[in-house]
Amino acid sequence: MSAIVISLLIPLILAVFNGFVKTRWLFSLNIAGSLLLMLSSLSLFATVIQQGQISVQFGGWAMPYGITFSADGLSALLIITIALIYLCVLLMMQGHPKWQFANKVGKSTTNESGLHESDSYDSDSQSRRGFILLQGLIASTIAITLTADLFNLYVWFELMLMSVLGLLIINGKAHNLEAAIKYFTLNMLGTLLMLSAVGFIYGLTGQLNFSALQTAAMQPEIQPQIFIFSGLFVLALLMKIGAFPLFIWLPASYHTLPLPLMALIGGLLTKITAYVLLRLSGQVFDLSFMLDALGWIAVFTMLSGVIGAAYHWDLRRILAFHIVSQVGFLLLGIALASQAGAAGTALFLIHNILVKTNLFLIAGAIWIAVKHYDLREIGGLYPANALLAMLFLINAMALVGVPPTTGFWGKFLVLQETFNQQHFIWAIAALFTGLLTLYSMSKIWLEAFWKKPPQQQPEIQAIPRAVITPIIMISFFVVAIGFYPDPVITVLQTAFAPFYGHTAR
Amino acid sequence: MNIILMLIISVLVSAGVYLTLSKDLLRIILGLAILGTAANLVVFYAGFLGSSVAAIIDSGLSALSSEAANPLPQALVLTAIVIGFALLCFALLLMVAMVKQSHNRDSRALNLTEPQATSAEDRNKPAVMEAE
Repeated sequence: MSAIVISLLIPLILAVFNGFVKTRWLFSLNIAGSLLLMLSSLSLFATVIQQGQISVQFGGWAMPYGITFSADGLSALLIITIALIYLCVLLMMQGHPKWQFANKVGKSTTNESGLHESDSYDSDSQSRRGFILLQGLIASTIAITLTADLFNLYVWFELMLMSVLGLLIINGKAHNLEAAIKYFTLNMLGTLLMLSAVGFIYGLTGQLNFSALQTAAMQPEIQPQIFIFSGLFVLALLMKIGAFPLFIWLPASYHTLPLPLMALIGGLLTKITAYVLLRLSGQVFDLSFMLDALGWIAVFTMLSGVIGAAYHWDLRRILAFHIVSQVGFLLLGIALASQAGAAGTALFLIHNILVKTNLFLIAGAIWIAVKHYDLREIGGLYPANALLAMLFLINAMALVGVPPTTGFWGKFLVLQETFNQQHFIWAIAALFTGLLTLYSMSKIWLEAFWKKPPQQQPEIQAIPRAVITPIIMISFFVVAIGFYPDPVITVLQTAFAPFYGHTAR
Repeated sequence: MNIILMLIISVLVSAGVYLTLSKDLLRIILGLAILGTAANLVVFYAGFLGSSVAAIIDSGLSALSSEAANPLPQALVLTAIVIGFALLCFALLLMVAMVKQSHNRDSRALNLTEPQATSAEDRNKPAVMEAE
């Protein structure tokens, strides 16, 4: 069996198994699953490096009729990244009883509503539900990176939406429900736009497969319409990415998640959507008619994200707004539409998944230490825990883009291409965004680590090993890829080489 | 037939958009459900309506006859309907749970997830939601 199928089957089978194994085995089962996923993704990567792009036809149907899944260097790297951060987030869940699904939040809140007082809300089935949804999330993200079929893509997006909604409300408090409804409304609208776009594109070209679509979209007689419909599809993706005017759902919902989940979802989802846009713009649709618009949307997204972050004092909110600004940077890279730009964007994407997840995990470690997310209420962490401070510094610098971290190379490659294409205003906006990112990160550094602890702050707790180990693991990769970016960049450039050969923009 | 379907889709989209722009949570969710129906019809419409011959391969043949209806859009719509139905149920239950907790369906009152306004004198009070 191909490594593609195995990587996809592992989370799906685990989701089923999570439904009936004994509760005390749940955690070990999922850890084992994430290790297996890591192995299979590594073997997928090895295969892709040897053979170039590989693909699987499901059900043995011939090329344009069956559903195709295909993997190249970028998708294999992305799956390795997903497996890594999934493992880290799982480990992190052991850090605090409140972070496990089996906590009894529902029972301790006795409100008059009667929502959580029934016995069905017991912790066993809650942790089952949690792990099933988690595996659904992992399965859908992996499938989105692999699928080469437009309608199949839509179905996996729906699975992702459902898993996130389930995880958002898993604690069932009022603010969870509210966050879920905010998340639902805008994402559902995006999903419906996506479905209609899929329908229109199918009606126009008669194809759903990516490579068949690419050829079909070239036909001169459908030229004006295909622009409108591919534009509609891009609009749907922009809604789900959190691009400029439509990002409000993101900072309104992410911070209500329990922390390790926040790290996984905040680190992964928008980037996976950006990956889809990167893939489609190069390989399937000719988006050259809207690249200028995309670039300006990127500029406004970057700026509104960092400016929003600068206003806030809640660690989680600051990081959530930074997701928006980095999505803007990814859009900028996509708007460049060249091989160098796409490779840089892909590197930035992988960097951003790692660093963003890690910063959320560090926020969790800070919470373990001082039991608060408000920067005004905490302080004095540097003398108390120098290791955590150093880890934060590494990741914050990576987010800003200081060498030698992964962030530098991603930003450098994209900005170099921006200057080459003479989009000076976009480049200046990106650099200014970097400056404001530095401001936010130094705000966290000054307030949480250097400031004297406020008087009402409880004594700083030691951070358990289960919390610090995942952070060290991810930081290692951030620095290691920062020192030796060459192999990764080569893989990514090879992955994009077939698509931008002819378009010298 | 195509003209009728087109008119139905446009009516559904306008009704859905109108309901979605409302402030009432139930109306928003119903609006999204109607928009979902419109999207399903779009996918259906994309399959070149006109033939009503069932898409079944006759015995002895190895391919569909050319006048048979296109089966693919029907499969797509079926998938989309199932997904849309699940999401609609979820959203309705979510709304019921919210109304039970807050006795309120007005979307303007949804400010639990936003930071509370901070003035100079209550800067020392936590402006941050309680940790999970």
